Amino acid sequence: MKPNLTNQFRSQIMPDYISHDHEHDGIDRRGFLQCMAWAGTGLLWTISGGVLASRTLAEIAKAGGSLPAATDLSFLQISDSHIGFSKEANKDVTETFKIALDRINAMPTPPAFLIHTGDITQLSKPEEFDTFDEVLKSCRTKDVFYVPGEHDVLNDGGKLYRDRYLKSVEAKGSGWYSFNKNGVHFIGLVNVLNLQAGGLGQLGDEQLEWLEADVKDLGSSTPIVVFAHIPLWAVYPQWGWGTSDSERALGYLKRFGSVTVLNGHIHQVLQKVEGNVTFHTAMSTAFPQPAPGTAPSPGPMKVPAEQLRSLLGLTNVQYKQGKSALAAVDSNLS
Amino acid sequence: MAALLSSIAVLNLSLFALGGEMKNTDNTKQNRIEIKDFAFNPKTITVKSGEKVTWINRDEEPHTIVSVEKQFKKSTALDTDQEFTITAGAPGTYTYFCSVHPKMTGTIVVVK
Repeated sequence: MKPNLTNQFRSQIMPDYISHDHEHDGIDRRGFLQCMAWAGTGLLWTISGGVLASRTLAEIAKAGGSLPAATDLSFLQISDSHIGFSKEANKDVTETFKIALDRINAMPTPPAFLIHTGDITQLSKPEEFDTFDEVLKSCRTKDVFYVPGEHDVLNDGGKLYRDRYLKSVEAKGSGWYSFNKNGVHFIGLVNVLNLQAGGLGQLGDEQLEWLEADVKDLGSSTPIVVFAHIPLWAVYPQWGWGTSDSERALGYLKRFGSVTVLNGHIHQVLQKVEGNVTFHTAMSTAFPQPAPGTAPSPGPMKVPAEQLRSLLGLTNVQYKQGKSALAAVDSNLS
Repeated sequence: MAALLSSIAVLNLSLFALGGEMKNTDNTKQNRIEIKDFAFNPKTITVKSGEKVTWINRDEEPHTIVSVEKQFKKSTALDTDQEFTITAGAPGTYTYFCSVHPKMTGTIVVVK
């Protein structure tokens, strides 16, 4: 569970790279990935079998090309917009959010939909949500699926968030839901409410019971994508970067051949492959946060202005039918 | 001596009551807890019943003050440099945490 810091630092300085892809080819992927990470082989992490044909958003935009033909589903993760934040680390988070949307709009083939993994706003204020919604109108891709961050549910237990962002889904409880696209089963979880003193993120019994029932009748070959704000793995519990009951959730998903877990919250790219589960955290569009344990606290990280956009970004996820694994590609805003 | 202390405490209480919101007068002890780097400082504070306790957020991140046992009103999210004040009630030990970052915990010990 210890974070791979070498990997982490590389993720911050590398503008674009492929983070993972795992197929059922009998190769020890985890070992392979770790080996690749330590060898520091650069931008692309390709796995034996060569099925990965991913390109970064920037490359696609520059080349004016289209997405690989075999890609059946392409969606985009965007995270931690923190609209309303105006401190030193980034005095104009609305502008960097706009730039992120411009990048999406520049893709020749737009993603099927966006997933926003929380912290839409800084202080859960109605006017911050308003600004976010207004800016988002410029995005060509109209379907957006959300999960809340702790910043979105500060004073009302998430009521305002739920009223605005769950209209297109059949949400249960405090806002969790699932849906299917192109044979992939997507699950949006809420792990930022009813947190306990001294604890981490939390899903809670009701949500876990729902999850167990939600996946019960799915075939094990169904690709699963789980998204939630706080990482569903112990990235760095000392900073609260983990979810106390995530093991139970992952237990229900153990039998599936491909599980991709997408999180935000920590404002940097980190990934881990464990068995058939790939964990991935996304960059923020607002400000970076320090690598685990490298600062007195996980507060916003101040970097020289010219470096800021290289530490903000998006994640593009592609799924090819017939290949169970999904490929996540991060690209920054510089 | 104990009796003397007790009477002083009573006197302070009465002054406090008379002073109303004038919490910055010389006669009122300032019990301030600074929130910095995702921590309450001091983490444990001892105050007298009836005294005020004020938190001030020095982080760029919003924080809240929530009693673990719901023994006092919770704060709304405090932005940078915002304050939250409560009046210490009955003697006892009160634990609290930040509901946004629950790793952040603190304790108020209230004495007579």
